[in-house]
Amino acid sequence: MNSEWIKEHFPILNQEINGHPLVYLDSAATAQKPRAVIEAMKHYYEWDNANVHRGVHTLGSRATDAYEGAREKVARFINAARTQEIIFTRGTTTALNIVASSYGPSVLGEGDEIVITQMEHHSNFIPWQQLALRTGATLKFIPLQADGNVTVEEAENTITSRTKIVAIAYVSNVMGVVNPIKQIADIAHRHGAVLVVDGAQSTPHMKVDVQDLDCDFYAFSGHKMCGPTGIGVLYGKKALLEVMAPIEFGGEMIDDVGLYDSTWKELPYKFEGGTPIIAGAVGLGAAIDFLEEIGMDNIERHETELAAYAMGRLSEIEGIQIYGPRERSVGLVTFNLQDVHPHDVATVLDSSGIAIRAGHHCCQPLMRWLKASSTARASIYLYNTEADIDRLAAALVQTKEYFA
Amino acid sequence: MSQLDDLYRRVIMDHYKTPRNHGKFDEDVVTVDLNNPTCGDRISLQLKVEDGIVQDARYTGEGCSISMSSASMMTEAVKGKGIQEALDFADRFSLMMKGETVDFDDYEDIEALSGVSKFPARIKCASLAWNALRKGIDAEA
Repeated sequence: MNSEWIKEHFPILNQEINGHPLVYLDSAATAQKPRAVIEAMKHYYEWDNANVHRGVHTLGSRATDAYEGAREKVARFINAARTQEIIFTRGTTTALNIVASSYGPSVLGEGDEIVITQMEHHSNFIPWQQLALRTGATLKFIPLQADGNVTVEEAENTITSRTKIVAIAYVSNVMGVVNPIKQIADIAHRHGAVLVVDGAQSTPHMKVDVQDLDCDFYAFSGHKMCGPTGIGVLYGKKALLEVMAPIEFGGEMIDDVGLYDSTWKELPYKFEGGTPIIAGAVGLGAAIDFLEEIGMDNIERHETELAAYAMGRLSEIEGIQIYGPRERSVGLVTFNLQDVHPHDVATVLDSSGIAIRAGHHCCQPLMRWLKASSTARASIYLYNTEADIDRLAAALVQTKEYFA
Repeated sequence: MSQLDDLYRRVIMDHYKTPRNHGKFDEDVVTVDLNNPTCGDRISLQLKVEDGIVQDARYTGEGCSISMSSASMMTEAVKGKGIQEALDFADRFSLMMKGETVDFDDYEDIEALSGVSKFPARIKCASLAWNALRKGIDAEA
């Protein structure tokens, strides 16, 4: 895979920041957009824009085809069994909240359990925490190993016959660990629970097969995988989605509206009240085309190699603390420089044109577990190169000297 | 790195590495706990106010060099000042964060933070201690 060539597809990367060529290492927060995605959305607005599923006119049909075409691409991309199992949402957060708000109360009572981990992003943490408070269910945590990993054995010890919902990230947005989803799905199912997977950090970087994982729900965002902001996906097994009540009521999601009661459209529309995110779906479809053209296997291999390279280069820096396991397959390194606060690190790096994230990464419970109030994070994607990592390493050494 | 030098002047690094008024009072005084939820900086500010005068101030907290040096300077600046004077100082600090030239004859160290106005992402770091001050004075009033 030629990342320099890939970089050419991303107009935003071809610029200087503070007098230096931009090195973008914050893709775990949001990925940059290839020209193909920007053009697809522009084309949609310039030629096809209309509301979907209602117009008799030509534009209405084109817009509907574009929107539903994107749904088919998503279904194929994650290997869902049916297109109806793909619900478009605003993002991962909304998708997870739909499961918590609609499915949660229908199965949970006092004494039942929700099982999560302390590594979850706030979006896969707070919905379950609040659901537990609302229903009287108990919130339980699969304990993390010293290096941040979740083991199948600990999952087995935590999930019981009282467990109704297990929710876990496929990939941690802080430590870059990949969780054993398939095995956890098996454990959850043996105890009669469903498995909800936060796929925000996995879907952009690896081949995902929801049938092979056998998860019951899977949520992800378009903007972390080269698509636009404001579009995400909730995948759910048909049998579960069918019995779940809608969360938002209004146009687009109804079958028949009476004065005192109404009925809902079939899947997936009963969860898509209001005019949907049409251009966003079109952009996500174009992002999937782009990623598939390069090949998810190639992207994964490139990132695994670059992650190992980054771990090697950064470990050489004296006084650096790297969080999470030493070995990692995902391109994400969270660290702290001794005696330099991560905000100061990020500011000094920015002055050299390097964009990283500093803060708690929407993971306050995990930060407490790591005993760090704040950390710096460099995250890579298909357009990053070894040269980017070299620039990062050199700038970190400079930062240390600057604050020495 | 000249723009960086504007941000991290020697005075700032001095207050960061040798913080003034760092710690807690033993007695019961006005305490304000404030944090920046987006970045995790937090401050716990204590004010001893008597007869409308800020007699003493102390703080503890966690954060970057900008937020912690600003807290150190703020406590130095307001000690011994009347409440109205302290609020006036806070107002002048806000103006400086907006990029305006402000006079700080009464405590010149603070001018070292003027460079922050060129780093929009860091203004909230510098302002944390001052927001805590306003809250503390409100609570006292």
